[in-house]
Amino acid sequence: MNKELTDSRLLGNLYNYILTIADNSLILAQRLGELCGHGPSLETDIALTNISLDLLGQTRSYYQYAAKISGESKTEDDIAFLRIEREYKNCLLVEQPNTHFGYVIGRQFLFDVYHLMLMEKLQNSPDENLAAIAKKGIKEVSYHKRFSSDWVKRLGDGTEESNTKMQEAIDDLWRYTDELFLMTEAENAMVKESIGIDVSSFKVKYYKEVSEVLKEATLIIPENKYFAKGGKEGVHTEHMGYILADLQYMQRTYPNMSW
Amino acid sequence: MLTEAAHIEKHLIPVLKTVSDPEIPVLSVLDLGVIREAIEENGIVHIKLTPTYSGCPAMDVIGDDLKKAFSEIGKKAEVELILSPAWSTDWISEEGLKKMEEYGIARPLSETADKDVLLGEKKLVKCPQCGSTNTHLVSQFGSTACKALFKCDDCQEPFDYFKCLK
Repeated sequence: MNKELTDSRLLGNLYNYILTIADNSLILAQRLGELCGHGPSLETDIALTNISLDLLGQTRSYYQYAAKISGESKTEDDIAFLRIEREYKNCLLVEQPNTHFGYVIGRQFLFDVYHLMLMEKLQNSPDENLAAIAKKGIKEVSYHKRFSSDWVKRLGDGTEESNTKMQEAIDDLWRYTDELFLMTEAENAMVKESIGIDVSSFKVKYYKEVSEVLKEATLIIPENKYFAKGGKEGVHTEHMGYILADLQYMQRTYPNMSW
Repeated sequence: MLTEAAHIEKHLIPVLKTVSDPEIPVLSVLDLGVIREAIEENGIVHIKLTPTYSGCPAMDVIGDDLKKAFSEIGKKAEVELILSPAWSTDWISEEGLKKMEEYGIARPLSETADKDVLLGEKKLVKCPQCGSTNTHLVSQFGSTACKALFKCDDCQEPFDYFKCLK
């Protein structure tokens, strides 16, 4: 194999790898953004949209990097707005709807624990760009995790109704957690190059930490036998199309518009 | 204060001082410690800017304001956004912290103290209005990503606390 071909394959895998991480942040940011002005209280409204903003900031950094190595004249906006559904690599968990506040918190918590573990490893990547984004992101993500864990405990160990709703959300969202640790082709390729992170390596640690918080919140840890997967390979749940319709509407209707 | 660690050419400081954070207008970009490098080469000013938070919407505005400030004295400025090393509240100058307090925002505490107050376990944040530490956390997130919302239990005034970021 000639060197050029290897390089272009490597860059292609790196590009997909960046999107595997970044798309989670974009879609979750979009979901949280839907709550702007609709949060259950002013404080939580501000908190959720601030978390959304952090995630969007991280997304921009990733997409700018991806655009740079894409080899085409792409911009961060093209990557964010002009892909079709099958090209988004986010996990199924982050696209789940804001059914009620318990779901918003449950989804956030189940993602934050994973996200922080990933960032802690990624900050040591020899890829300087990814390491810098992760180092910056860790400070933000640890704060998100603190917020979501606090709320899981408050709702779980709160009233009968809040406990029921929190349990309902955890039971429903649990099936999307296993996918976080499935390795895609791009992830495997990047692990081989020592740039990427083997997400399966912290799966046990993840479930241990999540379970500890759920126990403290007096919630029952689900014992699913069935787990959903597909998002990381571009096969999404029915919710994804609606998210993209909202997200992409302006760019599709008025191509290249800017604020 | 680590602003000294940033590489800023002395003759550019007067212009940089005129550019402020749009969210906290009393703080200049120098007070805030977001300018990591400012050098002039062949008549062009090269500035390296680092965001406080990844999604900080003030960054684009600050970039534009920097270019405008230099164009007013007939100089072209190029602004580059850098992420590494990540910004820390340690980079806010002492002068900046004082201005912030006068403006009504409580200054960041040390990392451990910060954790204690944000978990609501200790009363350490000083009210910028009356100076009392009899204050409590209202919300972990405030008017911007870098602040949390507090309330003073003595003078009853709500206020922003600039979160410690290290």
